[in-house]
Amino acid sequence: MAGRAFQVRRWPGGVAAGLVAMLILGTLLAVALRAEAGRGLGPSDWAAIRFTLWQAVLSSTLSVMLAVPVARALARRAFWGRRLVIAFLGAPFILPVIVAVLGLLSVFGRGGILNVALRFVGLPEVTVYGLHGVVLAHVFFNLPLATRLILQAWQEIPAERFRLAAQLGFGARDMARVIERPMLRRVVPLAAAVIFALCISSFTVALTLGGGPRATTVELAIYEAFHFEFDLGRAALLALVQIVLVGVAAVLALRASVAEGFGAGMDRVVTRWDSGGLRQISLDFGVIVAASLFLLVPILMVVVEGAAGLWRMPVQVWSAAGVSLAVALVSTAIMLVLALPIAIAAAAWRGFEAVGLLGIAASPLVVGVGLFIVIFPIADPFTLALPITALVNAVMALPFALRILVGPVRDVVAGYGRLSATLGIGGWAWLRLILLPRLRGPLGFAAGLTAALSMGDLGVIALFADAETATLPLQMYRLMGSYQMEAAAGAAVLLLGLSFGLFWVFDRGGRNHVDA
Amino acid sequence: MVCPRTCSARRILEDTMKYLAFAAGTLLATAALAETPVLTVYTYDSFVADWGPGPQIEAAFEETCGCDLKFVGAGDGAALLARIKLEGARSEADVVLGLDTNLSGAAAQAGLFAPHGQRVVPDMPNPFGAAGAWDDPLFLPYDWGYFAFVYDKTKLTDVPTSFDALAASDVKIVIQDPRSSTPGLGLLLWIKEQYGDEAAALWEGLADNVVTVTKGWSEAYGLFLEGEADMVLSYTTSPAYHIVAEGDTSKAAAAFPSHYMQIEVAGKLARSDQSELADQFLTFMTTDAFQAIIPTTNWMYPAFAPKGALPDGFAAPIGAEQARLIPADDVASIREEALAEWLAVLSK
Repeated sequence: MAGRAFQVRRWPGGVAAGLVAMLILGTLLAVALRAEAGRGLGPSDWAAIRFTLWQAVLSSTLSVMLAVPVARALARRAFWGRRLVIAFLGAPFILPVIVAVLGLLSVFGRGGILNVALRFVGLPEVTVYGLHGVVLAHVFFNLPLATRLILQAWQEIPAERFRLAAQLGFGARDMARVIERPMLRRVVPLAAAVIFALCISSFTVALTLGGGPRATTVELAIYEAFHFEFDLGRAALLALVQIVLVGVAAVLALRASVAEGFGAGMDRVVTRWDSGGLRQISLDFGVIVAASLFLLVPILMVVVEGAAGLWRMPVQVWSAAGVSLAVALVSTAIMLVLALPIAIAAAAWRGFEAVGLLGIAASPLVVGVGLFIVIFPIADPFTLALPITALVNAVMALPFALRILVGPVRDVVAGYGRLSATLGIGGWAWLRLILLPRLRGPLGFAAGLTAALSMGDLGVIALFADAETATLPLQMYRLMGSYQMEAAAGAAVLLLGLSFGLFWVFDRGGRNHVDA
Repeated sequence: MVCPRTCSARRILEDTMKYLAFAAGTLLATAALAETPVLTVYTYDSFVADWGPGPQIEAAFEETCGCDLKFVGAGDGAALLARIKLEGARSEADVVLGLDTNLSGAAAQAGLFAPHGQRVVPDMPNPFGAAGAWDDPLFLPYDWGYFAFVYDKTKLTDVPTSFDALAASDVKIVIQDPRSSTPGLGLLLWIKEQYGDEAAALWEGLADNVVTVTKGWSEAYGLFLEGEADMVLSYTTSPAYHIVAEGDTSKAAAAFPSHYMQIEVAGKLARSDQSELADQFLTFMTTDAFQAIIPTTNWMYPAFAPKGALPDGFAAPIGAEQARLIPADDVASIREEALAEWLAVLSK
């Protein structure tokens, strides 16, 4: 665009980005200054690092390997309910981790339905604690993500390619060699790297299904050093280790994402001439059904078990739900106040978007420990548990929110900028009259994601909460710890309902009125 | 004319206002209660559970103290100490109840506790001195027991009767983390006391028996009851709970050649603003009114035997000659070495 006629205001975005950078870099600095590097890492710390890497490698490899057949099946079959299955694959993103863990326990635990069945047919039982359980839970969360990423790449192959291939008389093998394998070679490393990065900073899964020194991630070790021994120096040292791990993983993920595609097509509906015979069709549907069962049954178990416990929950569960709701809403408000100015500024200069990457590079427990170190000399960090949780949750959701918002903001600026300049609309009026009405959809979506993520989060709050403060996920974790499984399942249903409810309200609120 | 965007925002706002009003109401109610002094006692989670001693003891003490006794569950024993250190001078706690003699040395070093100034003669075995001697100036005992592995008689038939036998078997056990839990620490010291330099080798043998290591006793016992393991590290008195409370005689404690003792203690924080009330509570702790509640709620032996026998189902304690305990002052150095060994072996 030559001679930009319309200039958005950059300074509010600059201020917001500065605040985020200050929060993250400031806490990293606090951690670095406090870390007692001289003490070095003990054998258990090295074990935590090895475990963190190993489980992340296993989780990402398994997720991707299992996702390929599922994505292939979804890519080449058209059936009633396909859209529903694909939409459903997005659900784990906002599914509270602790709820999924409870569901996985009721399926794969020693008393779960799988072991009941194994016992019935006389096979040895499986255990869900330790490496198995951690990897299982990570696959549960990341198989859908990998499937969506790979499916998307599959669908980006222009229909013309398949048509040409069919004309050339390609069989399934040629199709795989010439078209599908090159595509997979491009997308599989990307998916694996993204999942690897996500699993590196996994906390709740390791806290609940890991156990003891053998199955401790670095993120969990930070929590233990803090909570078991009040050893801030060691917590900070481990936090430094975590920064390096997450940083390297994030760089890997970013590098993997740079690759060329297949070129453009005419976006026709893909018709596949290589759909194969009955055997391949039944294989595909078998894969889809198996994946759906794997993802659905644990959640259904929670709902069935929890519906009974819903009216027999201790009153703390309800007050924790109120606390969580307030935290989620405040968190969403903070996210909007930060994300909108940054997105507007990023429409003028892409560099602002980079601040979102900071949110990916910092893990919640690292930021939590850093904040504790900063706040401790000044005030009681425990009384600030909830505001801190809301703030950290907002910053953690920021990268996702920016991804959602930056594109649409740029479109509005590009599409309406000249007209706005001609009419002399700027500042608040522009925001209110031009931008916001066109941004309702993305804003609602971003707000819904943030609210749901914050609702289900169990991270910083586990670090800061005293015995009387609890969010719903923490309260649920405590119920599980004290063997009140029925009440825990009840709390899980409530949490599930609130997380998805918040997402739905915001997302719907945004989408409904795009055309208004 | 309807603008559902603002409407949904308004609804959320209304909900928030309702919540805030609720929160404010709660705060006002708390303020109204502040007329009566509040004694805050930090303890472990199972103590404050509905079925634990907390509710009954709260009622009994409040009858006489003219105060509001507030129990706060703050994790398992060792995490309790970390919590007190973490909160430091800002802590609201007046009394900490639920440390044991394995932690009291470290707790004394933290310098946060005040002398109780009482002379007591507890009724419990003393592996290194005259029975009834108690010379800890900061902490007073309230109950005691022996650590043991508890199992289900109907499910486990080939019961190991020593650590060596357990290590050689394929019996699955759940234990607690010695860094956060007093039973976990007890097991660590039990094995260190018995095996000395061979302790690491024994842990190597036990490592494949360990299903998982939990943060606290409650989690481990819950997993055992759920059937996740054959045995759980608990107390010789745990089966009594199932007999007395549930009429279930299937649980038993495996008899080992020796058993490590746990003496649970409480102490007053130096920074307490309710010092007299805290003293009053510690005295109350040694009386029958408190002690009689312990056996059938905390499922331990009372430190000051109340009038009347222990309830049926409570086996008489094993002989004092089988009791093992490391003196509180020696624990710190032994703990460090034993913990390093444990971490090294179990993180393999």
